[in-house]
Amino acid sequence: MSKYNDVIIIGGGIIGNATAYYLAKKGLSVTVLEASKDIGIGGSSRNGGGVRQSGRDTRELPLAMWGIKNLWPGLSEELGVDVEYTQKGNLRLGKTAAHQKILQGLTDKAVSCGLDVRMINGDEIRAINPYLSDEVTCASWCPTDGHANPLTATLGYYKKARELGVRFITESPCFELRKIKGVIRQVVTPDAIYEADKVLVAAGFDSRKILATVGIDVPMMPLKMECLVTEAEPPMFLQMLGTADADFYGHQSKHGSFVFGGSSGFEHLNKDNGSPISSSIGASCTCRGIIKYFPALADAKIVRAWAGWLDDCADHVPVISPVEEVPGLYIACAFSGHGFGIAPAVGYNVAEMIADGHSTIDLSALRYDRFKPKQ
Amino acid sequence: MKSINDRSQDIGPFVSQTDDAIIICRCEEITKGEIRQAIHDGMFTVNEIRRYLRAGMGLCQGQTCGKLVKNLIARELNVIPDQLDPATSRSPMRPVEMKVLGNEEVSHV
Repeated sequence: MSKYNDVIIIGGGIIGNATAYYLAKKGLSVTVLEASKDIGIGGSSRNGGGVRQSGRDTRELPLAMWGIKNLWPGLSEELGVDVEYTQKGNLRLGKTAAHQKILQGLTDKAVSCGLDVRMINGDEIRAINPYLSDEVTCASWCPTDGHANPLTATLGYYKKARELGVRFITESPCFELRKIKGVIRQVVTPDAIYEADKVLVAAGFDSRKILATVGIDVPMMPLKMECLVTEAEPPMFLQMLGTADADFYGHQSKHGSFVFGGSSGFEHLNKDNGSPISSSIGASCTCRGIIKYFPALADAKIVRAWAGWLDDCADHVPVISPVEEVPGLYIACAFSGHGFGIAPAVGYNVAEMIADGHSTIDLSALRYDRFKPKQ
Repeated sequence: MKSINDRSQDIGPFVSQTDDAIIICRCEEITKGEIRQAIHDGMFTVNEIRRYLRAGMGLCQGQTCGKLVKNLIARELNVIPDQLDPATSRSPMRPVEMKVLGNEEVSHV
């Protein structure tokens, strides 16, 4: 088998898979190297499925808005897999005056970027979602937000890229990137050395040690998150939900099960040291939180709980960037827990960046060298 | 490199079988034919089949169909089942109501 490609992508998550698909559509030869046995084992399969614009940093908001307008609506058809995209709005909920202030700030920033989002009161909230308790007094409402299925979207991009001839090789962790004559050239794995003109590092938190082999650092740390899933319930509501405190989020899937994420406050002190294992306190704590918002769900049964890692960036915004210091090297990582919703747009624009040298959306605010020490 | 890690390997065309309509995952009602087709779509692990089709994601969490799915993958890829990992097991062991799971705190009366 040939070990030379136009592009090698390190990381078989949704970012790597989507970029591989859009590169293959442009006619480039691509190999995706995945460290684990499974495609999409990291944050791609371990997130709440939000496809939202509201609540985002203004640096990544253009990607979110562009993806929701141009890619998400036709994605199931394009990939031949039902990604369960549902565009029925996002409610970000608040209970206190402090929450109201946070939500107002986020809303003002988003409005200044041209997003249709506004503050609504308790009665308006319960007109949209009658299951919410009276404790909820304010919310931001963005009608063009929504959610999708991270599992089928990630594997859908994989399936479609594979059909277009992209090679995927699992259990191939990258030990080292190597430059030859000053430009990126080789990707070293336990079994083989792969060569390419361009290399994209999209390996979540593991990107940090891979990039270190060519002297590049992205300041990010892993941060644990835990979710729980209920048995299938009758259809109740279609909105994506979040809170001002970001302590709870979720939606009801097409299948009927609810997927809810929450935090116990001990995520940064977990003992599992890198393994995505649910703690004994996480699911119970999230259940108490959910019941306060949704008393009607008290009898819903939890069928499973799971955990994952965010690649949490110093400024909580991703790094999507060419690396001029290492010509031919590109980075897409540090998505900080909100990468899924922008993943199609990221894949599309990174493919343009790699193949054409420029992208539809200006990504200069997400450069890798934006981090400056205190003055 | 183990052959199973090369996702572009030729595993031959999907050939329908007379018993493809048999239900393998009872909770989510996924058939043998759907699982075999998913393997030909590139889903080479039990976790991927689970995420792609929901087989093993229902009430019993794959306690019934996990082994059957694994054997189907092994047969389709022509490897021994021992080469494949089982799907990840997740808590709780049995479905539990939110109000029960959320009531684990010991009260100090």
